Amino acid sequence: MDLLIEYRSQLWAGLVTTVQIALASLFFSVALGLIGAWAKLSANRTARALAGAYTTLVRGVPDLVLIMLVFFGGQVTLNAIGAATGLWDYLEVSQFAAGALTIGVIFGAYFTETFRGAILAIPRGQIEAGISIGMSRPLLFRRIVWPQMVRYALPGFGNNWLVQLKTTALVSVIGLQDLVYNAFAAGRSTDALFTFMAAAFVIYLGLTALSDLGLRALERRYSRGVQRA
Amino acid sequence: METFLNWFPLDLPLIAQNFDRFLVGVRVTLGLTFLSLALGAALAVPLAIARASRHRVLNPLVWTYTYVFRGTPLLVQTYLLYYGAGQFAFIRDSWLWDPVLSQAWWCALIAFTLNTAAYSTELLRGAIVDTPAGEVEAAIATGHSYCGRLRRIILPSAFRRAIPAYSNEVIFMLHGSVVASTITLQDILGVGRWLNGRYYLAYEGLITAAVLYFIIVFAITRVFRWLERRYLRHLERRREPAAAAVAPPMGIK
Repeated sequence: MDLLIEYRSQLWAGLVTTVQIALASLFFSVALGLIGAWAKLSANRTARALAGAYTTLVRGVPDLVLIMLVFFGGQVTLNAIGAATGLWDYLEVSQFAAGALTIGVIFGAYFTETFRGAILAIPRGQIEAGISIGMSRPLLFRRIVWPQMVRYALPGFGNNWLVQLKTTALVSVIGLQDLVYNAFAAGRSTDALFTFMAAAFVIYLGLTALSDLGLRALERRYSRGVQRA
Repeated sequence: METFLNWFPLDLPLIAQNFDRFLVGVRVTLGLTFLSLALGAALAVPLAIARASRHRVLNPLVWTYTYVFRGTPLLVQTYLLYYGAGQFAFIRDSWLWDPVLSQAWWCALIAFTLNTAAYSTELLRGAIVDTPAGEVEAAIATGHSYCGRLRRIILPSAFRRAIPAYSNEVIFMLHGSVVASTITLQDILGVGRWLNGRYYLAYEGLITAAVLYFIIVFAITRVFRWLERRYLRHLERRREPAAAAVAPPMGIK
């Protein structure tokens, strides 16, 4: 315990990085998820095929493999492009950018399915009713689709977020100084790996428990006015 | 062929040369994944029954276990066991240390098993709780004991209902097994990283690994599609096709 207090600033810095990368990737993935859901439900065959390929690819390849591909491969590719076109000099891809982007892309696929399901859950008649009274597409989305979609998507959203938060731990493997990385480094240098990994364990548990509580509050809020069976 | 190899951006001959190593990696990945899944499922059955019961001690106890293991990253669980256990002299001196806890493979297997058991327990609990009340009442009315009900009515149909969600768990366990490569094991990703490091490459090892994982996931999806068609045939018309097929495993719900 004394050790943990001694190294608290290092643990705190790691926790901040973990939360930052989780939120940054959440932002990407929600944006991608909305685009993906739109593509999957659109009448455009190419958009549907692209979205299908996207979700299949992400489901087929483990997160860490993709993170490493983007981090190591992305650096080489960017510099090859830079050298060929002369547009930029040597670039270094940061662990944070590679991690946030890749995790965002991976979970974008899961959010795609969540949002798609949520939109499909809205009774068809309500949308038809909106059209029949002459609502424009954006108005229809804002007044009818969005408020209900949020409610239907919340449980899936919560699940995705909890998994996403835990997935960010993998970014420590490419050297981002997140909670796991810092805890491991501190544990190594003090010969107390159990103490520090246990601390990381408890902190993650706290983060997920906190998210869980927050999500439940949100769900209650958005299901107001819905009868409980 | 020559011109094709020159044109192709990856060093295919090098991958071919080292392909036997990748096959060993496939064996390590599949071994760890399916062994932990089997052990985890074996643990999950009694735990799920306890969770579905209203037992005042067992239910919260199992809930705590699943909540803790589903609320923390598999990476941290594995590190805690593999790197953490050595901190204590009494563990290092115990009979468990030499054959088990000092070995990366055993640590990975134990951590993966506990992790998948937690997810499978909740998944199976959901399927048990969803048993139509009428079926249970009918079983009681025909004089089935608690064990008889479980064995003849509840579990067989719960297992069937759990198949689609369990297919996700299997794929996520396969995805999760890459954690093994971070504790020195040569699984598929481990071999890919070794190849990249040895020849100072950026793509070859990782892309080969990605392709191999993709093939395995494809095969698993096929097997589960067949299982669903066989064991959930009675639900065929009501089921919305593949709607929930791509969802991450349960977080806390």
